[in-house]
Amino acid sequence: MSLAGIEVAHRAAEAVARQSYGKLVAFLAARNQDVASAEDALAEAFAAALAQWPISGTPDNPEGWLLTVARRKMIDTARGQKRGVAAGPHMQLLSEDLAAAAENQAQIPDSRLALMFACAHPAIDAAIRAPLILQTVLGFDAAAIGSAFLVSPAAMGQRLVRAKTKIKLAGIAFRVPEQDDLAGRLEAVLDAIYAAFAEGWSDPEGTQTQRRNLAEEAIWLGQLVAALMPGEPEALGLSALMLHAEARRAARRDAAGEYVPLSEQDPALWNGAMIEAAEVLLFRASRAGRIGRFQLEAAVQSAHAARRVSGQTNWAAIETLYDGLLTLNGSPVVALNRAVAVGQSRGAAAGLAAMPEADAALEQYQPYWAARARLLAAAGQPGEASVAYHQAIGLESDPAVRRFLQRKRQALHL
Amino acid sequence: MQYMLLLNSDSAPFMKMSPQEMEKAMGAYFAYNDALKKAKVFVAGDRLKPASTASTVRVTDGKTQVKDGPFAETKEQLGGYYLIDVPDLDEALKWAAKCPGAHHGIVEVRAVWPSASDTALEYKN
Repeated sequence: MSLAGIEVAHRAAEAVARQSYGKLVAFLAARNQDVASAEDALAEAFAAALAQWPISGTPDNPEGWLLTVARRKMIDTARGQKRGVAAGPHMQLLSEDLAAAAENQAQIPDSRLALMFACAHPAIDAAIRAPLILQTVLGFDAAAIGSAFLVSPAAMGQRLVRAKTKIKLAGIAFRVPEQDDLAGRLEAVLDAIYAAFAEGWSDPEGTQTQRRNLAEEAIWLGQLVAALMPGEPEALGLSALMLHAEARRAARRDAAGEYVPLSEQDPALWNGAMIEAAEVLLFRASRAGRIGRFQLEAAVQSAHAARRVSGQTNWAAIETLYDGLLTLNGSPVVALNRAVAVGQSRGAAAGLAAMPEADAALEQYQPYWAARARLLAAAGQPGEASVAYHQAIGLESDPAVRRFLQRKRQALHL
Repeated sequence: MQYMLLLNSDSAPFMKMSPQEMEKAMGAYFAYNDALKKAKVFVAGDRLKPASTASTVRVTDGKTQVKDGPFAETKEQLGGYYLIDVPDLDEALKWAAKCPGAHHGIVEVRAVWPSASDTALEYKN
């Protein structure tokens, strides 16, 4: 087989992989919630594709081809595991599925949403939900996910295996929840996608390819959920939020690689097409008339993006949006962001008064100390500002942000 | 799939109840039992006598050790169980949330391994 042929097959397999991987896993695992077996069978089917497509050409329906091969692998495995009488009914069911799949190859039902709801089920540890979705829907391996989430590949692999075992043994159904439970359960799915995005976002220079990809993949997942649930405003809101944030990636560092805070960014460096796409999504979400956390957070980003046109930031509007967020979810981080907005709209003293009480979690949160330092400096208390900057510097892991905080501290008129 | 609901609670408040309060508390369980049976998901369920009546047995090197008291010395103790048969975890969790035990204690939900002869059937469900 020729090198060019191999390359064509690779590219065809990769193209199918992104569009179809999660669909095939969801379909193969739906009957008995056995994600691990579905993934194993699919991995073998992809390997077979890479071996055969360069010779026989890419099939007309690559998705159906992969499904049929993966099904056959699952039957072979079941045959190996279940000898004797017990294998009878099970084998027959698998064969019926295979026949149905062969007949119906043009339309493999899209159960990716149901798969995501299973991965983000309340019975699954919240910390593993995002990695689990990245693996089952997009086919990321444990090493790639581990490096993105700063966990060793071995530990990440174990946690993923444990979560998949729980889905199977505890009988977690692949199902989009009914209307009564939908809001809370959808929030868990959206939270997991946002967690994946946040991991990718935490590498502003985009130097670690793995992490930058994670932000892009999270945006892709967000758009998938928004496309599959177009009537859910929060799904649209999350997509808008991620696009707004991603639009500013190029502006977050100057030419020398130094950190540039949002207020000092050059709006000309923002990605206009992404901002416009985000605005369209947010407008569509607003028409549903059901406000939620992601829509409000996207609206805050939209207010910042308006500086591109108006040249100014409407801090009073941002304060109002944070009031809304605080009502929905009274987290200390929301209260902190609201205090920053108050500081801008009504002065540093009002901002300091609006700061939340520092609990154990806030004490370890760099933005808390940086925000406090900025407000104290603006309020004419450089001594206390210096102490707060010192705390912030000690908690920051990004060297560029650390240098920025150090410069701010040195510039205080002590 | 069958799920076992393990009802753990502090039995002390129960012991101090007046007869009227006790009747009300038991009434909630009777209604719950009826609901489970009406929905055709009830397999078994019983209330256990207080944890203070428990004995634990362990056999090591052929020697039987019997000890007075429950396995774990915690405030909340296993006080009863239900065995229900529902399609998936979500259904089991819904029933657990309706159980009176979830309101005065904690209900642990555990899937039951099917017996070998049921394994083939499981794939049909």
